[in-house]
Amino acid sequence: MTTKQVPVISFQNICKDYITGAQTYQALHNISFDISKNEFVAIMGPSGSGKSTTMHIMGALDSATSGQYLLRNKNITEYDDDALAEIRNKEIGFIFQSFNLLARTSVLKNVERPMMYANIPPNQRKERALQSLKLVGLEDKAENLSNHISGGQIQRVAIARALVMNPSIILADEPTGNLDSKTAHTIMDFFQELNRQGNTIVLITHENDIAAYAKRVIRLHDGTIKSDTIHSNKTHANR
Amino acid sequence: MQIGELFITALSALRSNILRTLLTMLGIIIGIAAVILIISLGQGATKAITDQISSFGTNLVIIFPGSLSQGPSGTAGVKTLTVADAEAILNTNPSLNIQSVSPVVTRSFLIIANGQHVNASVQGVGEPYGHMQSLTVTQGTFITDDYVSGLSRVAVLGPQVALDLFGEDAEVVGQIVKIDNRSFRVVGITEPKGTSGFTNVDEYVYVPYSTAMKVLLGQDFVQTILVETKNTNIIDQTMENIRSLLITRHKIADGADPDFSLRSSKDALSTLGTVTGLLTSLLAGIAAISLVVGGIGIMNIMLVTVTERTKEVGLLKALGAKRRDILLQFLIESVVLTVSGGAIGIAIGVGATYGITKVANIPFIVSASSLALAVGVSTIVGLIFGIYPAKKAADLQPIDALRYE
Repeated sequence: MTTKQVPVISFQNICKDYITGAQTYQALHNISFDISKNEFVAIMGPSGSGKSTTMHIMGALDSATSGQYLLRNKNITEYDDDALAEIRNKEIGFIFQSFNLLARTSVLKNVERPMMYANIPPNQRKERALQSLKLVGLEDKAENLSNHISGGQIQRVAIARALVMNPSIILADEPTGNLDSKTAHTIMDFFQELNRQGNTIVLITHENDIAAYAKRVIRLHDGTIKSDTIHSNKTHANR
Repeated sequence: MQIGELFITALSALRSNILRTLLTMLGIIIGIAAVILIISLGQGATKAITDQISSFGTNLVIIFPGSLSQGPSGTAGVKTLTVADAEAILNTNPSLNIQSVSPVVTRSFLIIANGQHVNASVQGVGEPYGHMQSLTVTQGTFITDDYVSGLSRVAVLGPQVALDLFGEDAEVVGQIVKIDNRSFRVVGITEPKGTSGFTNVDEYVYVPYSTAMKVLLGQDFVQTILVETKNTNIIDQTMENIRSLLITRHKIADGADPDFSLRSSKDALSTLGTVTGLLTSLLAGIAAISLVVGGIGIMNIMLVTVTERTKEVGLLKALGAKRRDILLQFLIESVVLTVSGGAIGIAIGVGATYGITKVANIPFIVSASSLALAVGVSTIVGLIFGIYPAKKAADLQPIDALRYE
């Protein structure tokens, strides 16, 4: 695994300050790590540790105050809003804890949405969206409205949508936070399967048993890296 | 994203809260309906009046005593025009392009006959008057030159006057009517013409102007002189000739205001057109205010919508929506809102116009230009009042939008 190939993600001395009035709050302090292709990384930490900030910067949703962020060897720190939108569209597949799908919109249209922003022609879109839905086992729900499916199904649709653009990384922010434990583990099994198929996955969580599905765990505390451990081969099914 | 898809997205967003959508559109619906209604009714009424005036012919020149520059009240009671002026216009110069001339005097009198009485406007006219005003008689004859020169005490009744005095199917020609207590023999009845504008010629009584001046009014001046021209193309030249003739006759000093004024029926038509046009635009302008109010309502709701959908904007930005995609999505939503409101408004406006024109018996005109105006205005209202909320949505930072609770 530790080859000399170019990392997918490279955080180099990333700092992030939030300025509220006269006070400056340092959310991230000199964070550096690399994530290579086909890794499955869990970023852990209690609330306020900076894991959400890390995820936002990694997802090109926010920019660092200082330091460099290389995504597939491209320094995206200096990109403007539209260029970042394109990075999010093509390189990153997001799965959020909640509010993942557009309400009153069919499952199919939800999965098609990133392709619409990439100006992919409608006939190709439908085909690719259906393929992606098949991957998560929900092709028969394609025409259902997003508010008429279960919580576990919603997350699977979100995964299908995250996969549809063939992104460099899949970024999941507490993807099981709103699910019961049985469904949560089903979803995590699925993430493992995706990783086995070659997808690079970064997972943000504060739950140990969810993080246990990952091959590598980065623990944050007060904006710094507390530990960065690679699990031995016992990753599978920690139930 | 393609514009077509943005429209579909906008429609589904609006459909999802149909009651709010309708209430939001209400201002635009009312505004557009009112504008369409007012413009269409204005055009219909203008057409009704101009048709009426045109039926009298556009070849008439009307000479008033007094100067029109003093305003309409300046002409009342001015006694400068005489029968001799009328004769001079007709006889002095045959090259003046003049077909015929009729002096006109008028006043209301009590008419008594057959034990009945009515108040009617008595018109003292010459023989050409009937032709000038397209009057025809259903019984007997109209006023003739012989009656005028003979100072005959004869009268031609409007059909309504004849009906009021003698009832239906009566043999009226040959009967005696009393006008201001003087006996006149009825020699004819005019054809019914109905109401025209504000007057009803069916309620008129016509007598020779000579008789009217001498017997009824005891005056030696006339109220107006009607001149019928042969060729309307040179009507301006003819009016100029008449003016210089009268200036000479009335011994008006160079540069002084003449004591008479001339109007052609063409002028009257264009003046009327200007006045009704002005009135219509004024009313349409007032109606347009409601469009502005409606637009503000739309902006208000769109701002609420943007706030409600902040998380959605965040999600879309995370999926790769650019600033332009979000801007267009919300802008198109507000344009769809105003344009569909405009369409409903047009339907209501046209429907109401149809109903009112049927009841008021005026021509039903809905011009393409007023429809185009309505569509144009509603689109522009949507754009103007939609741009601010759309910009607000587009400017949201993805991270702030995602965090929004």
